[in-house]
Amino acid sequence: MTLRLVAATYRYAGAAAPTLHDVELRLEPGRVLGVVGPNEAGKSTLCLVASGLAPATIGGHLAGSVTLDGLETASLRPHELAQRCGVLFQNPATQLSGTTRTVLEELAFGPRNLGLPLPEVLARVEWAAAVLGLEALLDRDPQRLSGGQAQLVALASVLALRPGHLVLDEPTSQLDPQGTRLVGEALGRLAAETGTAVLIVEHKTGLLARLADEVLVLDAGAVVRSGSAAEVLADVALEAHGVEPPPAVGLVRALEAAGLAVDPALLEEAAG
Amino acid sequence: MTDSPLADLHEEPVRLPDFVARLPGGRYRTLNPATKATFALVEALVAFAVRGWTGPTTMLVVGLAAAAWAGLLGRTLRVLVITSPLVLSIMLVNTFLYPGATDVLWRIGPLAATAEGLTAALQAVLRVAAFVVSVAVFSFTTPADDLLADLERRGLGRRAEFVVGAALQTIPRMRERAAEIADAQRSRGLDTEGSRWRRVRGIVPLAAPMVFGALSEVEEQTMALEARAFSAPGRRTVLRTLPDSAAQRAVRWLTGLGAVVAVAGSLAGWLRLP
Repeated sequence: MTLRLVAATYRYAGAAAPTLHDVELRLEPGRVLGVVGPNEAGKSTLCLVASGLAPATIGGHLAGSVTLDGLETASLRPHELAQRCGVLFQNPATQLSGTTRTVLEELAFGPRNLGLPLPEVLARVEWAAAVLGLEALLDRDPQRLSGGQAQLVALASVLALRPGHLVLDEPTSQLDPQGTRLVGEALGRLAAETGTAVLIVEHKTGLLARLADEVLVLDAGAVVRSGSAAEVLADVALEAHGVEPPPAVGLVRALEAAGLAVDPALLEEAAG
Repeated sequence: MTDSPLADLHEEPVRLPDFVARLPGGRYRTLNPATKATFALVEALVAFAVRGWTGPTTMLVVGLAAAAWAGLLGRTLRVLVITSPLVLSIMLVNTFLYPGATDVLWRIGPLAATAEGLTAALQAVLRVAAFVVSVAVFSFTTPADDLLADLERRGLGRRAEFVVGAALQTIPRMRERAAEIADAQRSRGLDTEGSRWRRVRGIVPLAAPMVFGALSEVEEQTMALEARAFSAPGRRTVLRTLPDSAAQRAVRWLTGLGAVVAVAGSLAGWLRLP
């Protein structure tokens, strides 16, 4: 149950140069890996490669190795990938099927595609709704939800396929603080309670400080820093890579700049 | 007992929550979508393909009777009124310009109304009216997702179902998006109301963001579908099963067969109806 990239280099179809260079990462069950970096760093491309959508669905050329549960993603068909690795993008509106009248039917969309027996489809819907606390939304029209609710429904729809890994590309970018909190809490519970491995690209480093076990910094398509979330997010070099530190880290630094002594342990705690 | 909407899922056989099952209620609406589709198709086919007065008149009466049974007579008649420009043009063109007609009834300037033309016009109007009524009754009594659910159960492919379902759901979304873009354009001083010419000029700045916005989302939507196993092989699980019965199946076969016989007889000439 491991997602692994070894010297992964990816070039989009028609592009002269690769967008990702020699990326190495390993994601174990139940762990949350945050990915940060400036715009155009290749974060979304990393999501596509890690989830197997690139090159399987969008084309391009991949060198190196990307494995899910020990299997090369290139050897898996899209529906086989979907059962191993769920992927979620930024815009909730594009994540929903657009063909269903209720959230329950939206959650059943993926399992029905697999042709599972109806009781199994409904059991998965029930499970996914319970994990993300969506039971009260099951009779609602998916097109009439708030951004945070829609993103949670999109996430639950992916979870209903019971993937061991989740790849999330800025899942809270269009959400308000409350929606961000909802998604963050749900992901934390999911990793802790179900052992799902989560790779999450986020600009909101405050969310990563609470959620991620490890953080990886991507710049110009290459990994420039990785380590424990507390360590990486408190690194003063982070801003040189266009990444804002978490608000708590910024506060501690501001206090230090004002001449107020700050216990280094507090800095650790604030980042973690 | 629990209040969870999924409480009934643990029963054997599985009972869907009412908000998913959405079993139709009311006269005519409770018929299976395939039965209603068969009726609509037969009405249209017989009205257009059986010669003379009998076919279109009978089908118009049957259609109106179905509308009345479903409690939709007023609504159906209003739809018929909407077709009046088409009816008027059919009447004028056929009555005055029917090719080869000689039995003149009256003249208006250079144009002559003929009895053959008037007969053809009235029959054509009856056919159009029967067709409109059949379509109206079917669409008023059959929600699109009921029809798609039933067709899927009968073997309609997931791609065909998705294309139709997504297109139907896209219409209200595009309408909302158009209103948002129009508001945004108006806030920047673009005049999208007023004279016809101004409204025409307002279409380009309205349509361009709509089209390009929709296209830019297609790739992400495609990937999102793949991430939900849309291209998995085999048949999808059927979620909603709408009620059907042996009696309805028999009626569908008999009605369809009767329509084929009537049309074939009329076209071959051995079924002579007034």
